[in-house]
Amino acid sequence: MNIFVCVKQVPDTETKVIPSGDGKYIETSSIKWIMNPYDELAVEQALLLKGSDATINVTVVRVGSVKDTEALRTAMAMGADDAIIVETDEILDSYMTAKALKAAIEKSGKSPDLIFSGKQAIDDDCLQVPQLLAQMMNFPSVSVVTAFAIDGGTVKLSREIEGGAVEKYEVTKPVMVACNKGLNTPRYASLPGIMKAKKKPMTKYSLADVGVSENDRKIKYSGFHLPPEKPPGKKFDAMDEANQAKIVKEVVGLLRNEAKVI
Amino acid sequence: MAKILVFSEINGDRVKNVTLEILGRLSGHAIDVAAFGNLSSSVISDLAKYGANNIHNLKGANLDKYSPEGWANALQDFLSKNSYDYFIAGSTSLGKDLIPRVAGMMNSGMATELTNFVFEGETLKGTRPMFAGKCLTKVEVTGSKPHFVTIRPNALGLVESPKAGTGTKTDANVNAGNIRAIIKDIVKGASEKLDLTEANIIVSGGRAMKDRSNFKILHELADVIGATVGASRAAVDSGHADHSMQVGQTGKTVSPSLYIACGISGAIQHLAGMRTSKVIVAINTDPDAPIFTKADYGIVGDLFKIVPILKEELAAILK
Repeated sequence: MNIFVCVKQVPDTETKVIPSGDGKYIETSSIKWIMNPYDELAVEQALLLKGSDATINVTVVRVGSVKDTEALRTAMAMGADDAIIVETDEILDSYMTAKALKAAIEKSGKSPDLIFSGKQAIDDDCLQVPQLLAQMMNFPSVSVVTAFAIDGGTVKLSREIEGGAVEKYEVTKPVMVACNKGLNTPRYASLPGIMKAKKKPMTKYSLADVGVSENDRKIKYSGFHLPPEKPPGKKFDAMDEANQAKIVKEVVGLLRNEAKVI
Repeated sequence: MAKILVFSEINGDRVKNVTLEILGRLSGHAIDVAAFGNLSSSVISDLAKYGANNIHNLKGANLDKYSPEGWANALQDFLSKNSYDYFIAGSTSLGKDLIPRVAGMMNSGMATELTNFVFEGETLKGTRPMFAGKCLTKVEVTGSKPHFVTIRPNALGLVESPKAGTGTKTDANVNAGNIRAIIKDIVKGASEKLDLTEANIIVSGGRAMKDRSNFKILHELADVIGATVGASRAAVDSGHADHSMQVGQTGKTVSPSLYIACGISGAIQHLAGMRTSKVIVAINTDPDAPIFTKADYGIVGDLFKIVPILKEELAAILK
């Protein structure tokens, strides 16, 4: 069985985002890059399956800059067998990314039984690539997956919807699975794992190799800017129990008469 | 004047609020609606009130209930027979799952989860958050039409005096095609309340909640004001709350009218997920907690003391 896991490298969640001077993106020089947190769940799910069947091959695929390959090295240190990177320093939109991933998977010569990814990347938050890739591959897909089980060719999945409700899916593989928190607990890479990862094969393609060009771009971004800062609010000291009732009454009054939200 | 199809989700007898928010902002354009399910007269009149002209009720075998492939195939079928400049839908759970697939089928671009937009002539120019709202960007869809756009619930707000449309309902027969991923069952969530992303008021608890059982006081407050209860990543990671309740960069991004943060210090990834709330109240014992920099009204105090008093005060004025 062949499993592909699509991963993205994103700025750490504690990053303070600063728009670049030309407004075309953000300042990336001092960013700490991490594997997209939802993609860690995708890698883990593939490795859990490999844990019960050593013949499974897990390939991680990423589209992005090669200046830092943290996400792929982490995935291979966790236990993935090999990696593919489609190199580009451009910021691609979801359509271009999905098209590149599809071509990279096909070029590997291995026919996917399962494709995993995170449900969204926490940098652009577009939530499109898993569904687009599934559509391009003519796979069914299930997104926001919080439970996964496979029995022969049948895959059972839970998808979280509004208010914590859950849709229970059944589908015959191949299938594209976009993972949500709660699915599993991603393992840490072990030291021997990190050493081994250095020797694992990484195939590199250019955008041209996978047939993606600027003509595929469908979304144009411009004018990255910081959201407007709120003027400072009102702060009340209610540490002293004697004041609490009075202060809460005052705040409730402000919510009703000044903010008009109650 | 652009020709626009708005995809509407229907909940029994109600149109999802985000649909009405979208419709109200499209005045001056040719606005049609597409919806699955049985459309009651109150659904039709709500859609018409906010500007819908032709309401296409999509019908066909295996389309009564949602399935990602069935509904996507059906929408593609409809769009291949009807030409539109824009296809706009709410960025709900269902919208996030369904719309990218349809956009891919149509070979069209999609701009996800705009928080605002204007039309310049027939071109939609949107604004959307990136990095969970730490930064905003302008966005435009190019390439073949229809251009797909989704809108964050609660971001636009309802227009006060919408211009009504004709609200002419017609049935459109569409094909669900081959459905491979089948929904066998739906398990209801613990709460019947609105999802965090659609809630008008949110009461959220952080690490200072100390224990899962203490969320009871937040639920009691929430019941009084019709709020949904959320949590910070610290509370979720400590096991005090479920991940479905998490607000922040690796949880849900929300923009309610009122966000009450209880015992949340305000980590950068949490602030990113709730900073677009219209009014923020913070309750925290640490006067220097970063949450106070975003709060309209900050109360320095112990949430276990303040929240019950707040509940009583609100109950009194809402009686």
